[in-house]
Amino acid sequence: MKQFDVIVVGGGHAGAEAAAAAARMGSRTALVTLRCDAIGVMSCNPAIGGLGKGHLVREIDAFDGIMGEAADRAGIQFRLLNRRKGPAVQGPRTQADRKLYRQAIQALLAEYESLTILQAEVASLIIGSHRVGGIVLADGSHIKADAVIITAGTFLNGVIHVGDQQRAGGRVGDAPSILLAQQLADLDLQRGRLKTGTPPRLDGRTINWSVLDSQPGDDTPTMFSFLNSAPFVPQISCGITQTNARTHDIVRHNLGRSAMYGGHISGVGPRYCPSIEDKVVRFADKDHHQIFLEPEGLDDPTVYPNGISTSLPADVQHQYVRSILGLESVVITQPGYAIEYDYFDPRGLDPALQVKAMSGLFFAGQINGTTGYEEAAAQGLVAGLNAALLATGRPLVTLSRSESYIGVMIDDLTTHGVTEPYRMFTSRAEYRLALRADNADQRLTETAIALGCVSEKRTNSYSTKAGLLSAAQSLLSQTAFSPRELQAAGVEVSADGARRSAYDVLAFEGVTPEHAARLVPDFASFDQAIQLQTACDALYVQYIQRQDRDIQRLRADEALAIPAGFDYSGIPGLSNELTQKLKRVLPVNIFQASKIEGMTPAALLLLISHVRRPSRRLMA
Amino acid sequence: MDTIFALASAHGRAGVAVLRISGPHSHWAAGQLCALPPVRQAGLRVLRHGGETLDQGLVLAFSAPNSFTGEDAVELHLHGSIAVVAKVSEVLAQMEGLRLADAGEFTRRAMDNGHLDLTQVEGLADLIDAESESQRKQALQVLSGAIAEKVAPWRADLLRAAALIEATIDFADEDVPIDVAPEVLGLLCRVKEDLVAEQARTGAATAIREGFEVAIVGAPNVGKSTLLNALAQREAAITSDIAGTTRDVIEVRMHIAGLLVTLLDTAGLRDSDDVVESIGIARAKQRAEASDLRIFLLQQPGEAFDVASRPDDILRYAKSDVSTVAMPSVSGKTGAGVEDLLAEIASKLAPKTSSAGVFSRQRHLLALTTAEIALGKAINTLPRASVMPEVIATEIRVALNALEGILGHIGVEDLLGEIFSSFCIGK
Repeated sequence: MKQFDVIVVGGGHAGAEAAAAAARMGSRTALVTLRCDAIGVMSCNPAIGGLGKGHLVREIDAFDGIMGEAADRAGIQFRLLNRRKGPAVQGPRTQADRKLYRQAIQALLAEYESLTILQAEVASLIIGSHRVGGIVLADGSHIKADAVIITAGTFLNGVIHVGDQQRAGGRVGDAPSILLAQQLADLDLQRGRLKTGTPPRLDGRTINWSVLDSQPGDDTPTMFSFLNSAPFVPQISCGITQTNARTHDIVRHNLGRSAMYGGHISGVGPRYCPSIEDKVVRFADKDHHQIFLEPEGLDDPTVYPNGISTSLPADVQHQYVRSILGLESVVITQPGYAIEYDYFDPRGLDPALQVKAMSGLFFAGQINGTTGYEEAAAQGLVAGLNAALLATGRPLVTLSRSESYIGVMIDDLTTHGVTEPYRMFTSRAEYRLALRADNADQRLTETAIALGCVSEKRTNSYSTKAGLLSAAQSLLSQTAFSPRELQAAGVEVSADGARRSAYDVLAFEGVTPEHAARLVPDFASFDQAIQLQTACDALYVQYIQRQDRDIQRLRADEALAIPAGFDYSGIPGLSNELTQKLKRVLPVNIFQASKIEGMTPAALLLLISHVRRPSRRLMA
Repeated sequence: MDTIFALASAHGRAGVAVLRISGPHSHWAAGQLCALPPVRQAGLRVLRHGGETLDQGLVLAFSAPNSFTGEDAVELHLHGSIAVVAKVSEVLAQMEGLRLADAGEFTRRAMDNGHLDLTQVEGLADLIDAESESQRKQALQVLSGAIAEKVAPWRADLLRAAALIEATIDFADEDVPIDVAPEVLGLLCRVKEDLVAEQARTGAATAIREGFEVAIVGAPNVGKSTLLNALAQREAAITSDIAGTTRDVIEVRMHIAGLLVTLLDTAGLRDSDDVVESIGIARAKQRAEASDLRIFLLQQPGEAFDVASRPDDILRYAKSDVSTVAMPSVSGKTGAGVEDLLAEIASKLAPKTSSAGVFSRQRHLLALTTAEIALGKAINTLPRASVMPEVIATEIRVALNALEGILGHIGVEDLLGEIFSSFCIGK
């Protein structure tokens, strides 16, 4: 007899969000982790959000997830990045107090009654015929469930490098984990190797802050959760310093001792997060690089120097760090290191993050080749929702590229795979103007409510907000004004005779909600947040309309699912080469199939007709 | 759902060209050109737009779901002239909600609406495959040369411009240059100027692929049809001593000095009370205006016609076998002066080919125009790059996507690659 609907293996950011999502859906959920007190630990930089990443956190929040709430509770320096640019490219970010963040995640998980947290080691999966049935713990006990989500992070063959020193990291060396790794390897999933690095951690009490510039948070902090409006704890500033010619000389002189440059690392590192070795070599013409000194907590002296990750030996780290302004007598509390690990090619997953070859088994987070807390949590959310849906026999849910950054990320991963640790950027979203951090709830919360993963509190709060936004928009759209009337209200508009509504002119640069209220006095009765949101919604209307055609086609193609186990060899007229490619890629819908290299309109046509055939037969 | 249109018959010169329009706005769109006949009844209509007559032809309307695609649809059976089809397409493309169909899109819609069975789909797929295979080969040949040479630098410039803008967006917190506008402006202007120049050359490119039109124009009974037959070396047109024998435009395709040429024999130009002859004369004038080169057959010096002259018109005095009024002259009957005329046609067409661009298809032209318009908007927004970079980025992306349709795929990975190789990202 099964004890749980859903089991989540791992308590990192993917695991925590997955467990919370499954539990919100009403599933009896177990989170199995080696250390309960390490759930929600931030193992890299002490910050949440940023450009693209902030969008992901807002989307998780729109599904009533926990990351946004925890970040708000732990946030000690909130900044809205790109504040002076358009709302489509603004991203909320905060420095987070490590301890407070961990505590917030653990407290939020404790609120779910249907969630059980188990401290145990997972030895293997219970596998039926192409179907997962639960897990076996290291002590030999069996726990049965309909769905298992693996959020194993970097545990697969992890190796930590400091200079020419290496040691096994993660879970390698434990026999039971090897069994699990072997089982996963037997699923015939492609594996790749990636690397990532961290900077040395510094003792903030040994930094000479008085000579450094500081970066405060925003005067009006922007929260992650749509339900919060102000920070929970006192706010701090970060310090700013930079490397110099001497720093670069030290690094250059010792390149041979770096794990990466000494030839000890084969994994591919991210281009957007180069080590200090990389920076010195690849951008040799730059005589300095910026470093942000980020405090790790309100009552923690540790400082994270963002910008100088490294795999140089500890003595060289000591030398180059002390060459930097303000750090002349700094003490390193923990040297920086590089870590190499295996990931599974995410092209083996369907868009619900379920392993194509094994029903009921889901992967989320770094195991899929991504990097970052936010990317991991967003995948955890999708895996958690779908595991719960699977357990109750309901159809799985996938998010489209046209409606969310989460959809963009999962489509990128499952269609293209990864060649470096995958991180979200706003430039990855082709419908960026429509997918904004400010409207994540408008895009997704209704879907979330329909799925049944939203609390009553958020449902009520969202319904009220949506009603007000719709009322404000129709109020502003009702009346059209002549250019003369608009000019009288201070709106710069050419006297072309065209009549425009207040909503129309909110798309013009420099037109504010105040202008709109001058034209339509009743608009002033809406509170400021609704007025500002209405302006954001109006700003890109014409661009979004232009993109609608593409979006419609995309959605139609996504909606045409190719059933699992579809027989491509049974299609006369399809070239051998394409048949082989289709068999290898196993696209889950026509959109994915259309992106296969060499796909022609004719072949796609054939494919569609065969995919549709059974349903037509049924109809006839 | 967009309303789409495309030429349903083979491209090029033919007796009849069928333009198919499908989608919710199809009846409305055709209704802008003429009074729509009742559904499923053919009606002869004159198609007009903005006071200009486009063509006369059969118009057929279909109502959903009883059409090829299962949507509301209209077929326009036009005269099979490239100029006419291009003009009507241009008018349709400018209508709200209408656009040129993508390859296979009519069939795709038909299938989405359950209007094709499997055997039909397979038959169609074979056809499209055959076509796309030959197109692919042609495309490869062209790509390996001229088009790639043209597009690659535009692509590189736009990619660089996009990367500069995107870097200020996605890495606002990092060591990236803040004021990228001057470099972006230079890049965008350069590409836009090239696009404008290239569009001006597409007309000649199309002519090389589809043939030049050379019209023979003159008074009735001056020997135009006889000359046509002499040039074509076959009895393509009926000849007689009766003035006004040729009433419609007669077309003969042939090669002159390696160039594909369509010779047009037209009705003799005169005032006529005969209704049918009048239509023929009007058509003759219209085709003479639209053709790439004209041969005027004259009876006497100073003879003038109701067709505006051009510097490269060829003048010949007619029937040199009967009377030599002036030089140069030609006789279709004896063949005297025909070689000389052919040589002059070749020498007049040759310069038109050298100015030809490499973008000869309507699809190419559409892509160039789309890209140019988007770049114009991006350039206009550049002064505000620090506050609305996302709008500039969107326009550059529209331009890149349009050019992408001509030359392979530009993915976001290319963009990120450009960013990461140019700037030191990673604070």
